[in-house]
This record gives sequence, C-alpha cells and structure tokens, in this order.
Amino acid sequence: MAYSEKVIDHYENPRNVGAMDKDDSGVGTGMVGAPACGDVMRLQIRVNGHGIIEDAKFKTYGCGSAIASSSLVTEWVKGKTLDEAMTIKNSQIAEELELPPVKIHCSVLAEDAIKAAVEDYRKKQGGAPVAVQPEVASVQATH
Amino acid sequence: MNQPKIIELDVGQPWLVNPDRPIYLDYQATTPVDPLVLEQMLPFLTHDFGNAASRSHPYGWTAEKAVEKARQQVADAIHADPREIVWTSGATEATNLALKGAAHFYSGKGRHLITLRTEHKATLDTCRQLEREGFEVTYLEVQEDGLIDLQAFEAAIRPDTIIASVLYVNNEIGVVQPIEAIGKILRAHKVLFHVDAVQALGKISVDVEAIQADMMSLSGHKIYGPKGIGALYVRRKPRVRVEAQVHGGGHERGMRSGTLPTHQIVGMGAAAELAVQSMESDARRIRQLRDRLLKGIQERVEETYINGNMQHRVPHNLNISFAFVEGESLIMALKEIAVSSGSACTSASLEPSYVLRALGKSDELAHSSIRFGIGRYTTEEEIDATIELIAAKVDKLRELSPLWEMHQDGIDLNSIRWAAH
Repeated sequence: MAYSEKVIDHYENPRNVGAMDKDDSGVGTGMVGAPACGDVMRLQIRVNGHGIIEDAKFKTYGCGSAIASSSLVTEWVKGKTLDEAMTIKNSQIAEELELPPVKIHCSVLAEDAIKAAVEDYRKKQGGAPVAVQPEVASVQATH
Repeated sequence: MNQPKIIELDVGQPWLVNPDRPIYLDYQATTPVDPLVLEQMLPFLTHDFGNAASRSHPYGWTAEKAVEKARQQVADAIHADPREIVWTSGATEATNLALKGAAHFYSGKGRHLITLRTEHKATLDTCRQLEREGFEVTYLEVQEDGLIDLQAFEAAIRPDTIIASVLYVNNEIGVVQPIEAIGKILRAHKVLFHVDAVQALGKISVDVEAIQADMMSLSGHKIYGPKGIGALYVRRKPRVRVEAQVHGGGHERGMRSGTLPTHQIVGMGAAAELAVQSMESDARRIRQLRDRLLKGIQERVEETYINGNMQHRVPHNLNISFAFVEGESLIMALKEIAVSSGSACTSASLEPSYVLRALGKSDELAHSSIRFGIGRYTTEEEIDATIELIAAKVDKLRELSPLWEMHQDGIDLNSIRWAAH
C-alpha cells in the first residue's frame, strides 16, 4: 500500500509519544480499539485550570495510518478547549493525512480517542474526588 | 541462413546484489530465475521459436524435442513417468485441473472431497467452486503446530469421498505434512490423492511412488524457474482420469489445450533438474542461515513466537510472531527487508492470515507475524543485517505500543474488555 508523505512523516517521527499518570485528576485518558482488530489507541490530555488542553500524549498499536492519525491529533488538540477538541472530525484527519478508503477507520478511531479522553477528564471532574486513587485495580478500555 | 546474434549473458547474479533494494527474504513468494536456467531458455524465444505441435518441419521438431526433454526432467524430479506430466500455466491451474477435472470425471462415484483449512487458496477456492456445483467438501482442522491429525483425517473419509487434497509443504509456515502416511490411508480407502508439492520440490525429496500420489501440482517459479509455467502429474498406473478444463486443439493428450510455451517449459525442466541436484547443498546452507536468524532474533527480541512445527519443517521458512506490535506497521518499519506478513491489512481486508488462525493463534499474533523465506542467494550478511533491523524496529514499535506498556506493567491484556469496532 502506498502511504502519503504525511503518514510516513508521522510514522517515522511520531509526535508526543508517551504516557501521563492516568490517575492524575488533570489528565483525561481515552483508550479505544481492540488488539484483535489490529489497532488500539491511547490518547491522554492534560487540561489546565482554564479548561485548555495543555499537553497531549499517545501510544498506538496499529498500522502506519493509525499511528499517524493519533500522532496528528495530539498536535491538533493542544491549545484547544475541550469543546473545541470535541469538534475535530475524522474526515478532517483523513483529509489531512490523505488516507485511502480502507484506512478511514483509523481516523474514526482517532476521533473516538479524543472523545474518550475528554469524557474521562470530565468524569473525573464531576464528582470524583481529586485525590489520587489508592491503587490500580484494573485498566479498562474506555469506549 | 543468418546466424542469430549471440546474447552475452552475465552469469553472476548482478540483479540480486543491489544495495538500492531491500534484502530479499520472500523466497516462498517467488524466486529469481537461475542464470543457468535462463541460459537454456533464451534460444527458444528467438532461434528455436517453433511450435511443438508443428509436425511437418524441423522448427516444430526442435521445439517438441525440447518440451519432451523438459517433461523427462520434471518427471525425474518426482520419480514419475514423463507421460504423466501435463504442462499448465502454473500450479494454480494445475490444482484447478486436478480437483475440478477429477471431481467432474468421478462425480458418478461420489461427490465428497477432503482438504485442510491451511491449504493454499488455489485449493480452497477451487473447492468452494466445487461446492457451488453441488460437491461437498470437508475442510479439516490441523493441530496447533500446523500438522494434520492422521486419525481425524482417516475419520473424515466417507464412502462417497472421491478426492483428498493436501499441501505437502505449507507456503506460510513451512511445515511438512506426513504425506506418506496420508497416501497410505487414502490408497487403502481408494480415494484419489492430490498433493500440492509447489513448496516441496527442491526443498525435500519428492517421490510420487513413495507417497502414492495420484495427482501432484508443481510450479516453475518457486524453484528458480520462470513464472507462468507449472505442471500437473497425473498417475497412469492405476490410471487417473481428469476432465479437461481448457479446450482447443487437444494438446497434452487432451487434458490441457493451448500452444506450449517452449521457453517456459525448458526453464521449468532445467530448474527442476537443478533443484534436485542442488537440494542437499542448498538445504544445508539454508538451514545454517535459518538457525542463525532464529537465534539472533530470539537473543535480541523478547516475546516472539514461532508459528508451525520446527521439526517437521523445511529450513527455508521461518514464521515468527512479534507480540505487542501490529503486523502492517512492522512491515512498514522493515522496508529494508522484503518479507511477507501474516497480516492481510495490506490488502483491502483486515483479516489476519487464515493459516495462522487455523493454528489457533490469536488475531493479534496472526497480525504480527513475519514470514522469512530464505533461498539460494541469501547471504550471512543479509541475515545479520535482518537481525539488527528486526531488533531495532520491534523495539521502536513497542515503545509506541500501549499494549507493550501494559504488558510491562504486568497487566493481562485478556482481562480487559475491549470494545470491538
């Protein structure tokens, strides 16, 4: 399969790879996809007191297009408010990366990852104690 | 008469050693034509261009002589009689002719066939077509190591079973089926035995008598011969009948019409002879390279899994899954190596390899598998470079992989409820 230059660039030099403390109340974590389907994306956002996404990190198990889609959205969400981030559409991602039809699902997954991360952050803010949970009992894919 | 221009052949392998191209480790997909084979083919494209079916002049006689010599060479390679060899366009056509041809001919006797889930698509798709025509096909499971369970195989035979088709050496995982034992069972039950020996010829000794094969598919381009030529062995004693699938002219004793491609046939004959001659030395060298590759990868990379039995296997194939990395991204990372992936992501489908699935491998491991096909021209330097690349790229992708991170943190990925999408 021929990849666009943008996909290859993100794949070879992925932006913002890494992990944040998912128990930090200022961090929203979205993990979408499934290993059996060949892609799992984890997008994490750090939100400041003004509701602005200050930083974003990702790790992705998946094809080149999945890695590029998640790398791209870490760049896009930075500096945006949560509401603004929620408006990012998969079609914009697919267009930017020139994804072929067979790879559109990668962009859908990236959009889902943003939504999941924002929801996770909002859930933490609404009600949950600010204190860090005592221990990691289980990790659950939010989707 | 004008003398033809003599073409100077550089009989090194200049087209193989090319620093601008990836290291070729996909010898189960295809092989380059051996220079010694090419040399024998060339005159039949130019000077000796006659039609083997032309009986009235020397142009035809020369072509016919060459075709018959090649027929003898292919027959010798599998211990058959030359009259049992039918030229086809390749092994896919040979398998179509064998299964459809025999099923149609013997349909009065029964309408049931047996094959394996891990067969090549040429067999599986032909069986699907026969099902559409009203035949019944049993697709047998294989064991976790890719080998057949002989008891289950025998149990699948019914009174109306007419043909069983088994892949001698699997193209994806290189395992060698117990073909002799299968042949014995089938002969006892009077079921015709078709063997797909495409990946076996030149790698292990193939003997149609020892394995009691009734039909056998062979290919030119997997044995350092040209593409576009194959052969079907059809037993004469006891005689096996196949109904022609291609009509027009009655070539090949009516089993397969069409003008014979003399140069291709000469190439396949020469390649078959060379394959048998160099089989032992090739296999010895290739086994050393395979062992070196396996050891290198296992020393450098954790969480790797070999697919398929290692004892009953040709050394030319190594199939390894790399856990926690995805297959297509792995292939993309390995662009300096030409290998094949168990992930079909590169095509339109997202289905992982059906062969690895049939071994009971998880989708993830099936997706992240790499088939290394080692061949006649593979060098130690290429193997060493491959080990380095694999180690570096798998590390890089695992750094990117949330699954690897979770595994490192001791989280069992099976305990997680993943959302399907």
